[in-house]
Amino acid sequence: MKTIIPVGPYHPLQAEPEFFKLEVEGEKVTGLEINIGYNHRGHEYLAQRKTYEQIIFLVERICGICSCSHPFASVNAVENLAGIEIPERAKYIRTIIGELERLHSHFLWVGLAGHFMGYNTLWMWFWRYREPILELFELITGNRNHYAMMKIGGVSKDIEDEDISSIQKTMNELEAKTVMFIKAILDDPVIAARLGGVGILTKEDAIKYGVLGPTARGSGVAIDVRKDDPYAAYDLVPWDIIVFEEGDLLAKAKVRLLECLESIKIIRGCLEQMRKGEIETKVEDIPPGEGIGRHEAPRGEVFHYVRSDGSNMPLRYKVRAPSYMNVPSNEVAVKGYDIADAILVLASVDPCYCCTERMATLYDGNKKLTGKDLLKLSWKKTEQLKKKFSHSENKLASLL
Amino acid sequence: MNELEKEIQDTFKGISIKRHSPKRVYIEIDKEGAHELARFLYEEKGCRLVTATGTDTRKGYEILYHFSMDKTGIIYSVRTVVPKDNPKIMTLASFLPATNWIEREIWELLGIEFEGHPNLKRLLTAEDFPEAYYPLRRGE
Amino acid sequence: MSRKFWALKKSPWVFHVSAASCNNCDIEILDALTPKFDLERFGIRKVGTPRHADALLVTGVINRKNISRVLRVYEQAAKPCIIIAVGTCACNTNMFEPSYNVVGPFDKHLPVSVYIPGCPPKPEAIIMGVVKALGSL
Repeated sequence: MKTIIPVGPYHPLQAEPEFFKLEVEGEKVTGLEINIGYNHRGHEYLAQRKTYEQIIFLVERICGICSCSHPFASVNAVENLAGIEIPERAKYIRTIIGELERLHSHFLWVGLAGHFMGYNTLWMWFWRYREPILELFELITGNRNHYAMMKIGGVSKDIEDEDISSIQKTMNELEAKTVMFIKAILDDPVIAARLGGVGILTKEDAIKYGVLGPTARGSGVAIDVRKDDPYAAYDLVPWDIIVFEEGDLLAKAKVRLLECLESIKIIRGCLEQMRKGEIETKVEDIPPGEGIGRHEAPRGEVFHYVRSDGSNMPLRYKVRAPSYMNVPSNEVAVKGYDIADAILVLASVDPCYCCTERMATLYDGNKKLTGKDLLKLSWKKTEQLKKKFSHSENKLASLL
Repeated sequence: MNELEKEIQDTFKGISIKRHSPKRVYIEIDKEGAHELARFLYEEKGCRLVTATGTDTRKGYEILYHFSMDKTGIIYSVRTVVPKDNPKIMTLASFLPATNWIEREIWELLGIEFEGHPNLKRLLTAEDFPEAYYPLRRGE
Repeated sequence: MSRKFWALKKSPWVFHVSAASCNNCDIEILDALTPKFDLERFGIRKVGTPRHADALLVTGVINRKNISRVLRVYEQAAKPCIIIAVGTCACNTNMFEPSYNVVGPFDKHLPVSVYIPGCPPKPEAIIMGVVKALGSL
């Protein structure tokens, strides 16, 4: 008996229309339909009516979690168009901001994944440790989110010497805790059972759908804009790309966790190598032409294309966020798995839910299930596994 | 010009290849050629489709298919123009699922019809959005 | 003060509605509920259905696709229900006003009682706004 279940794991909003429509037979998912547009605000249309400086503020508000990613790609695109070289200190500062953002975004995801599994300790812990990163942002840039650091030709604020020790102290703290928690998470048999072998996206499908970021790197596709097409200081400091072959949820989680450690390495490398100097070059007019800029956001490659006719507003501005490529791959990744796992699989691509959308409701069929019900199914499965492994969250809780 | 670009130049007719900067190459070709070139880049050369951009220009509606050769970090943007009085082009979604959504979006916002697309319906706008209103057309 | 409002003031239940937002305000609202800021010490509880809500925390801009959902949530909410607009987008659509898809700020469609501007407003500002809203009851 086929049932349709609508899902929107991020928001308990109970009204139509549907975001994800899961087709289910028995306990297994057999199909997925995706419906977006609830967040569509028309950035490309607006960008054609704004100056290049205004566009940086506009695109920053495409997404709140990866808030510097779009401005980063935007300045890369305009600088590519006009052939602008930025000073070295600006490269390091941009990289530091980008990596701090990756840290807080991955922590957010791990926390949410923990919540969806029913491991609320994980959720509270990781969200608690996001706070020092947001405080660092406030120290350096003046705001916890939407930092307005990127500027065509450089960055808008310098990192003061007296702030560097705060950054280093926070990095040390975070590194120690992250390493400890990674070991605990990977040793946990219940997490291994919930995430291992579930939601597999094969390498072939990953390539067909053009997926990006940790979703691709968890399926053996070794792409990362920071290595393939380096910009800012990513080719000036040593770091490694993290790739796993299995393609399941555990592989994606491992990629994100280990990338946190690489981000800390990059930030330390930048702080060490950074020398005093200018933080911006003077920019005159933007000549006619076209430019492409990209940035490896926490979710994958952000792509911006700009075309200029020589005036102070672009002729055409194109934005492509990574979730646009990652979310459709759920069509194949969720098929054949339990309904209880559906919510985890849909969350595993880390949809920047402003780049995709939110939820909804109740639909038909003989069974009526909402997003909250799916969450509860997931929690129930975790409880059953905990009993099977005679395990409690004590190990994780004791680390707090 | 590197090897790949030489190969493209030799294989396809009526083509113009411009290198804008070390890692940005723009290739202009007619719409039938664009379909073949896209297949060549994806199936034979292992390039990844990044996205596609539709623009309203004086010459017509221009479509840019952006392909990334991740091994070298070069983006090859395949440019083709469709006439405004007959804005149609063959879909790439038949062999490249990654174009599914972006072709729907370009149809919805610019009004270019992708022939053979498996699911050409609204992606971002509501069902009650005005018919035949294409926000990215410059006349609107 | 009527008994109903006194009861409301004691422990209001809030329901979080996100229209088309960049989700920064949403994350800051969730942050306001974490132990560091702890909105719950004021007795404020986040609920999973609008039917139990005394207040709606709204974020983002209303667009042509989500307007019917937002209006339906308000209809379903138990009355009296105050609407608290969190963030500049909810207060006055921020920079999205000229867009073809945006249909005006929240107060064009619904009775907003409290405006908390900011992009995003800090959790402290959200707490202050919610507490002031309760104080005004």
